[in-house]
Amino acid sequence: MTITLEQLSKTYEGSHQPVLKDISVQINEGEFFVIVGPSGCGKSTLLRMIAGLTGISSGKLMINGEVANQMPPKDRALSMVFQSYALFPFMNVAENVGFGLKSRKLPKDEINHRVNEALAMVNLSELRDRKPKELSGGQRQRVALARAIASEAKICLMDEPLSNLDAQLRAKMRIELKQLQRNLGLTVIYVTHDQVEAMTMADRVMVLNDQKVQQVDTPENLYQHPHNSFVAQFFGTPQINLLTANVTQCELIIDSALHLPITSSRINNSKVLIGIRPADVRIRVGSQGANARVAAVSYLGDQLVITADLNDSQTIRIVAGSQMQVAPDDLIKIVGIKCFDVFDINSKELISIQKGDVNDARVAAAEF
Amino acid sequence: MMLESLPQNSNSNDPSAQSAPAQLLTTAQWRKDNLYVALFLGPSLLILSVFVFWPMIKTLYLSLFLTDNLGHASEFVGISNYVNLFKNPAYLSSLGATLIYVVAVSILTIVLGMLLAVTAQQRLQGIRFFRTIFSSTMGISVSVAAIFWLFAFNPSVGVFAQISQALHLPEINWLADPHFALLAIVMTTVWMNLGFTFLILFGALQQLPASLFEAAEIAGVGKTKQFFKISLPLISPTLFFVLVVTLIDAFKSFGLIDLMTVGGPNNATNLLVYRVYQDAFLNGNYGLASTESVVLTVIIAVITLIQFKLLGKRVNY
Repeated sequence: MTITLEQLSKTYEGSHQPVLKDISVQINEGEFFVIVGPSGCGKSTLLRMIAGLTGISSGKLMINGEVANQMPPKDRALSMVFQSYALFPFMNVAENVGFGLKSRKLPKDEINHRVNEALAMVNLSELRDRKPKELSGGQRQRVALARAIASEAKICLMDEPLSNLDAQLRAKMRIELKQLQRNLGLTVIYVTHDQVEAMTMADRVMVLNDQKVQQVDTPENLYQHPHNSFVAQFFGTPQINLLTANVTQCELIIDSALHLPITSSRINNSKVLIGIRPADVRIRVGSQGANARVAAVSYLGDQLVITADLNDSQTIRIVAGSQMQVAPDDLIKIVGIKCFDVFDINSKELISIQKGDVNDARVAAAEF
Repeated sequence: MMLESLPQNSNSNDPSAQSAPAQLLTTAQWRKDNLYVALFLGPSLLILSVFVFWPMIKTLYLSLFLTDNLGHASEFVGISNYVNLFKNPAYLSSLGATLIYVVAVSILTIVLGMLLAVTAQQRLQGIRFFRTIFSSTMGISVSVAAIFWLFAFNPSVGVFAQISQALHLPEINWLADPHFALLAIVMTTVWMNLGFTFLILFGALQQLPASLFEAAEIAGVGKTKQFFKISLPLISPTLFFVLVVTLIDAFKSFGLIDLMTVGGPNNATNLLVYRVYQDAFLNGNYGLASTESVVLTVIIAVITLIQFKLLGKRVNY
């Protein structure tokens, strides 16, 4: 089962502003495909368009090579898991899971068999006679999953299914969901605003922002080779540093504190945006040759997140080992940067990626 | 004063504070609390006593007596008022008419109210206007409604007469024909009830989470089935409420009858409450009217109880 979107757009009635513009992608069979983006970017709308719950304004939606723009939801051979779980409060667990199978006029044995199997798969066999209100959030979530499984649809759409769970349970369910998807060979299209969910579960991720696709790629590529500063900023905690730099003949200068070498002939603006991952910055504490002042330190157990002010107005986040002795107002020297990305200051598109260490000498040196 | 009393209160709950002074304090506190209780409950108890409890007791008392035409008990007759009542064919026919009226009004009100509520939920052009119209009978008083419907039922100029003329149907003199007068009152009452019922049911339907219906849509459950399998069970508590209110209300119908048919023709619309009114205030037979009142109260109580027993179990959560 493949799903192809060709220049899919959505404009709501009575509005001129499109919610989605020219979305094109092919989702392959058995793929765990995550749609991620900030709230209001249209990711849920896109999912609902695939489900058939929201109309398509223009473009083409193809399910298994067949145009499905006008196809009613039930004929699209897919299941959906909602953020609210959409369980029927007056039905018990088994009835909830079997709901929809009855209306497909399946024989009773078949329904029972599927319900039992689906409940066993999510470890809920014992609770089959309970009502949803007698279940915990995690268990309700599993009932919703079991219903999707029981439908035996090869495509499963999930709309932020884990966002109502607490952090620990969410981490556990992420792993279970992924296993389930692999075992059943499901094609999953999963909507979330959570970059960690996207990174940990996805085979491929589509990043949406400003009604448009920013990048469709594997989690590794999104992190290593972001197409623009939005994608770079969306993935990774703490967030990537985006610093404005002046371009001179041979250097990129950030706040007169950091001098980085020009690595690509494509850098020809007078200003650029430099993306530096906090973990890629190496520092030394001490006033000698310092080029930054510590503003705040957050202790995270295995690491420290240091926020430091550069010469002028820009701040930089740095991840350091937790054994480092550093406090607010200390002077530090940024001695090395492992790699950095250069983005166009206007279009925010990637210009070049510098790999490999920029050492002490070249980072250097204006006095703080 | 309340703030002062708080620490003492907690003292009395503390087992270590069971010494004599503490006990004394709690007794004083207890008296003080009672004073507050009396102050808060007093006014409403007084009002309820004067206007509800005393009339109820008096009614029960009078139902066992023959009375003079000023309403004073004159001769104790035991339960013979009750016995005579159930031997009276006119009363039994009133009882029958009331039951028909109540059942018809309740069913029609809820079915039509539901239809309007479902219609108002559809995404149609100008549906907001209709939502207002559907609920508008709530703001119409009984007297205005009665006049409006008196016109509508008028055998020469009424809208029903004109329709039947245009369609060459036999003419019906709605309010003067014993076969149709009750139906006319039922129609008017249902029309009056619809605004409220529509609003309550519509509100209940609007509250239902959309995702349930979307899930059903994806599972391939049709619209009709969605209504019966999802909407109805989910709004069953509201339906139950509307049913009880409509039923009790129907038993107590008075205004429309007094204004439109005065119990006639030929007692066809002489419902229980109207009969109580006639016997007491027109015929001066207060003992008999009291008896009828008591019977009506018992009927309403029993039916409501049965409703709670039967339906209460089927109402979800």
